[in-house]
Amino acid sequence: MAGVELKNVVKSFGAVTAVKDVDVTFDEGSFTTLLGPSGCGKTTILRMVAGLEAPTGGDILVAGKRVNDVPIHKRNLGLVFQNYALFPHRTIGQNIAFGLKYRGVSKSDAATKVKRALDIVRLPGVEDRYPTQLSGGQQQRIALARAIVIEPDVLLLDEPLSALDANLREEMRVELKAIQHRIGVTSIFVTHDQSEALAMSDKIIVMSDGKVQQVGAPEEVYNNPANEFVASFLGASNILDVTVAGSDQDSIALSTAHFGTIPVPRSRATNLGDGSSGRLVVRAEKLQLVVPGSKVTGVGAKGTVEAVDYQGQIARYFVKVGDLQLQAMNMIEGRPFGAGTEVTVQINPQDCSVLPAEVK
Amino acid sequence: MERRPWILLAPALVTIVMLVVVPMSFILVYSFYENIDLAVDRVAFQFSNWQALFLDNYYRIAIWKTLRLSVIVTVLAAVLGYIPAYFIAMTKFRQRWLLLLLLILPFWISFIIRTLSWIHILGNQGALNGLLQWLGVIDAPLQMMFTEATVIVGFLHVFLPYMILNVYVSLEGIDRNLEPAARTLGATPWQAFLEVTLPLSLPGLAAGCLLVFVLTGGSYVTPLILGGPSDYLFGNLIHDAVVSELNWPMGATLSFTLLVLLGAVVVAYSRLMGLNQLSKAFR
Repeated sequence: MAGVELKNVVKSFGAVTAVKDVDVTFDEGSFTTLLGPSGCGKTTILRMVAGLEAPTGGDILVAGKRVNDVPIHKRNLGLVFQNYALFPHRTIGQNIAFGLKYRGVSKSDAATKVKRALDIVRLPGVEDRYPTQLSGGQQQRIALARAIVIEPDVLLLDEPLSALDANLREEMRVELKAIQHRIGVTSIFVTHDQSEALAMSDKIIVMSDGKVQQVGAPEEVYNNPANEFVASFLGASNILDVTVAGSDQDSIALSTAHFGTIPVPRSRATNLGDGSSGRLVVRAEKLQLVVPGSKVTGVGAKGTVEAVDYQGQIARYFVKVGDLQLQAMNMIEGRPFGAGTEVTVQINPQDCSVLPAEVK
Repeated sequence: MERRPWILLAPALVTIVMLVVVPMSFILVYSFYENIDLAVDRVAFQFSNWQALFLDNYYRIAIWKTLRLSVIVTVLAAVLGYIPAYFIAMTKFRQRWLLLLLLILPFWISFIIRTLSWIHILGNQGALNGLLQWLGVIDAPLQMMFTEATVIVGFLHVFLPYMILNVYVSLEGIDRNLEPAARTLGATPWQAFLEVTLPLSLPGLAAGCLLVFVLTGGSYVTPLILGGPSDYLFGNLIHDAVVSELNWPMGATLSFTLLVLLGAVVVAYSRLMGLNQLSKAFR
């Protein structure tokens, strides 16, 4: 069942169209992420669902009902802001109970609910403190408690983790997901951070330039990017120009300028006829560097390491194969390759995906 | 004891002592002198001036009038000032500096000229009467000038920018997400304003009120220019005593009284609202 549905939603600000004909569904009880670079329209979508912006066109449905004309305060949504937006003149208890007041909850019931919400976010007993007496991470938990205590139909999270420092962010994202799972509220999460999106989501909606680029489960979006934008936005990818040289039952032979012919399994290459050109996507972590002369799985080409970005267990290499600049993320066995080292760059056809050449 | 802070404070302290404390002490001393004739005073230590102040109804009425008018002007300025302040703080108009400039622009014109301008607007030969007569709404000019109302209008005209700027600054400091946050939690726009924006802007509103109250309570030019014979404030009594009656000891007594009265208001304010309250709102 659909928790939230957007039907052909358009939003323009003057001459700028921030959201272009977006048609997506957020499943009931699921955790869906709107992922994209800043300015891609993801926050605008969230704000339209919340009622803070009115769509220029199209319909927004919450639990099957059109809410375009429902004012914000009647939508029953929980919204968590990036900067927490706690009321500084109210105690934590009053902050959390704020929404309950308008729902006719009695004082004693409210106190119980506030206590339960604080237990859920694992910050019991801070009712009488003021927001500024808490740390950033704690304030964000309070903001979450304030949003969920009203038992909203939808929980909207506007980059809630980006104001936190790196360690806390990773801790909070596990916790946020656990809380969401426990209370089972339909959640829409907005972020530009692909690792957050991959780690937390049931479904990711990748956006760019006001349009939906791909919708799918994290593995799906990561492993089978629908287009070059998705391929390059989620993790580092190498993109090679290819032409279809021939095909048989199982695979399509793609000829490349530097790697000879690569037989890519049919399941990884869609709708490419003989002679047509396409784009081959190889993730940086799938591009393997080996010592020249070792046994190659798949296809290989000679290359030179230009720069190394050492990251402990793994290293990111910038490799040059002919005039082609490639990135490889490899586990380090023994010692990393130094800059200037001659290597063999190998591609396993199983790890490639093929996109049609983009019409510019 | 550490000497550095005192060295750093010294210029300010010396200035305040020389220009405020010492002259005020002279005024206090002067209030015990005896006025014999126009501009003729006898050095003495006697209480006839203070006696007159406490026993003569005339002075008590002036104090009452001053407090009453100050409260009226303050309340009106708070209401009328909050609205433009809110508008300037919340507008999406990019050239906000322009709005603020327009607010400060009148300060470039002399306060007296701005006050006098009302005569040309509200007077019998003024713009408003002219317009109404031209439109045929009235036959004879309406008597609008030299009433308490014109004095209030004159005060508002001059003091409103102080109120607006104070409220604006505190509104400006409020996180823009707070009202939307309140709205998503179920508050109507009006409730969100009352529960979130208004309380958070109170420090600025209170500061503006204090300023307007004290400025009104201490003025005498506006009622002199725009008021009728009965529209005098305590400041006018000082003006009369010093300038017209040339009775400096009485003028000194009245000056000191006004200082104590308005000083008491400031002290009461800082006790009630206080710097405590100011910092609390932004904690």
